[in-house]
Amino acid sequence: MDAFGDALLAVRLLLRDPSGLGGMVLRGGGPARDAVIAELGPMRRLPVGIDDEALIGGRDLAATLAGQGGVVRPGLLAQADGGLLLVSMAERMSDAVAARIASVMDTGEVVIERDGATARHSARFGLVLLDDGINGGQGDERVPDRLAERLAFRFDLTNTLHFREGGKPASSLASSQTKLESRFRGNDGMGVIAAISLAIGIDSTRASLLALRTAHLLASFDDRVDLDETDLATAARLVLAHRATRMPSDAESDAPPPPPLSSDGEPEIGETLDDVVLEAVTAALPPDVLAAIAAGAGRRTSNGSGGGERRKSAMRGRPLGARAGLPRGGARLALIDTLRAAAPWQKLRGAAKDAGGHIAIRRDDLRIKRFETRADATTIFAVDASGSAAVARLGEAKGAVELLLAEAYVKRTEVALIAFRGDSAEVLLPPTRSLTRARRSLADLPGGGGTPLAAGIDAARLLGEAVRSKGRTPFVVLLSDGRGNVGAEATMPSAKAFGASGLGAVFVDISNRPRPEGAELAAAMRARYLPLPRADATGLRDAVKAAQ
Amino acid sequence: MKRALLIAAVDPKIGGVMVFGDRGTGKSTAARALAALLPPLAKGQPVPFVDLPLGATEDRVVGALDIERALGKGEKVFEPGLLAKADQGFLYIDEINLLEDHIVDLLLDVAASGENVVEREGLSVRHSARFVLIGSGNPEEGELRPQLLDRFGLSLEVRTSQDLDTRVEILRRCDAFERTPEAFAADWAKAEKKTLNRIAKAKKLLRDLNVPDAILRSASELCIAVGADGLRGELTLMRAARASAALDGKGVVGIAQLRAVAPMALRHRLRRSVLDETGSTVRIERALTELFD
Repeated sequence: MDAFGDALLAVRLLLRDPSGLGGMVLRGGGPARDAVIAELGPMRRLPVGIDDEALIGGRDLAATLAGQGGVVRPGLLAQADGGLLLVSMAERMSDAVAARIASVMDTGEVVIERDGATARHSARFGLVLLDDGINGGQGDERVPDRLAERLAFRFDLTNTLHFREGGKPASSLASSQTKLESRFRGNDGMGVIAAISLAIGIDSTRASLLALRTAHLLASFDDRVDLDETDLATAARLVLAHRATRMPSDAESDAPPPPPLSSDGEPEIGETLDDVVLEAVTAALPPDVLAAIAAGAGRRTSNGSGGGERRKSAMRGRPLGARAGLPRGGARLALIDTLRAAAPWQKLRGAAKDAGGHIAIRRDDLRIKRFETRADATTIFAVDASGSAAVARLGEAKGAVELLLAEAYVKRTEVALIAFRGDSAEVLLPPTRSLTRARRSLADLPGGGGTPLAAGIDAARLLGEAVRSKGRTPFVVLLSDGRGNVGAEATMPSAKAFGASGLGAVFVDISNRPRPEGAELAAAMRARYLPLPRADATGLRDAVKAAQ
Repeated sequence: MKRALLIAAVDPKIGGVMVFGDRGTGKSTAARALAALLPPLAKGQPVPFVDLPLGATEDRVVGALDIERALGKGEKVFEPGLLAKADQGFLYIDEINLLEDHIVDLLLDVAASGENVVEREGLSVRHSARFVLIGSGNPEEGELRPQLLDRFGLSLEVRTSQDLDTRVEILRRCDAFERTPEAFAADWAKAEKKTLNRIAKAKKLLRDLNVPDAILRSASELCIAVGADGLRGELTLMRAARASAALDGKGVVGIAQLRAVAPMALRHRLRRSVLDETGSTVRIERALTELFD
């Protein structure tokens, strides 16, 4: 099953029905992706930092001022009507932009209610999102889920080294599979699609609809009206496989880890049509999904950020309306509001001087944009979940996270959680304010194994730096007994790298008898050292709050 | 969800419906469908159903000076905003947790007072803006502020059915709609008409529907048992039960209606304990069983 061939097939489908299929996500760079993009033909580009004015459209100021009145300029989405839109670095797209695009995709039209202008434009388009995110889309570095969900396809071309220039799309299933046409004739395929999505844990109806539409398009390539099982299997592979949230054999229970998939791990009930298609899907399940499921993490694919509240700089926050003032020192002129302020006086001023068709704007009329700028805090918990940190300590750490989160819920700050155990560290909870997600990932937090302290410190530093680059103020709380045994030789360098990053941190030593090594580690990290051998959840919470 | 929307259609005083759900569960589809089911206010005057786009600016929401007329003719004319348009009707906000905070505050203010007061650019306008707020959002994308949540009369969570046959049926209908929208609409026109009549009838019935004292007592008992904050819970519970009874064509409100609406009227008003894993709905169900069985 090669991703490149599938991607080319998807391109053909997409060109046939851009808005019906929504589009595709392409991961990984390189010539393979360039070849796929070339196949798609010319596209309009959508910059991820686009503002509402350009995206949705608005009043055409030049025309309004020239006295032509009521001129509304359509935004990029309306201009892309009937075609495709290319978004590079889609993982950097803000939730706000993604939500606007998503709502337009749902209704097929752009509604403008801005700056005194009201208009509707048809906007049916397909999206091509290029995902250049590092570390496999962890944390905030991932394509917005609300958009990915509306796009039929997702391909990871990272490891596609060999591809044929102008190669033929792979269109059929492995030839060894038994044909079951007789049993299938007259079926509309809906039962199969529904059964598959149920089996691999896809709850969204959109996915099923997209798969169905893909199957019909595939059939139409061969000038058929009826679907056959190849159409369904291919459609399921292209559209459904990458959305899987559980292994098919595990369909009935939510209980954790099914054994990692091996060659004989596939369900061996009778060879029904469902199974043929299911097999195709299982084979196409991306390896990271398998790994996540096998690890028992079983968590849903999470979206990057907890909400829309990010601030890049003092001048780029949430608009809070305008106020009178002069546009200087970085403050930007709010043109519409300025005009509005000047408008009522035009007759008067026009009478005072022969304006000659110009608008008389005085200094008092000038309005500048106001942005909300709050220094938002993100608390990053790096929790030692190894065997040496006793299970009870882990429970207290979880409790402290929940308590802090409850406060974050009121104060609108964010919390993230990193756990390190075995031989690696994992971001269990990307920065979020969502209680729902926090509870889920906390409940799933397993204990035991070695203590990869270095990996934990590194993960905390990376996440902290990512948070800081978003304009928030990260604060790292490391809970550990300070006894790293996996990759121990790297612990000090990691701690020093952390110290050099300048992130605010506190190292909570949770071992029963704190030793000088802990203090040394904290010093290298430039973190406050808090030996709390017997703190409970409330104690931890208070200590962290005091340190912050 | 259907029931909650119908209740809001019957008794607009209920104070809005908030729908939570994961992606692709059909939240927006169901909410937008409501527009077609509302009996007209008067002949040829349909109930307004306004879809608030996320990129809307404040001046278009509350209304502002008409720039064109002001610049062109020098007239000071108020151009009504979306709130004026939604008067006596519905205001739907998809992804409400992504709406900008200052607009949310503004909406809350107007929704509570039923009146929109505009004081800007030398204009002073006041107009009625009574509307039912319908919001939808995904809880995984950040919580709604508690004060906003409390303003919604009913709150509910939608999930995709895990039953195969139901899912196939959903697909089948979506597919039918896509291929032959007209035929689909014709097929369902009768059902729509029926629902419309049911709402209209229920609205009439609502006026002289009394809530027996025993039911009021039970409602209060329930609110005390689950620890719902404030009196809004009881009021909503009573109104929702009454509207529900009217929908069922009953002359009197019974315990069955109360039970049916209790989860959606109360689940967002419970004081939240973070460490308590049991969901609010479960807690209400438990209290219901204890009190009334």
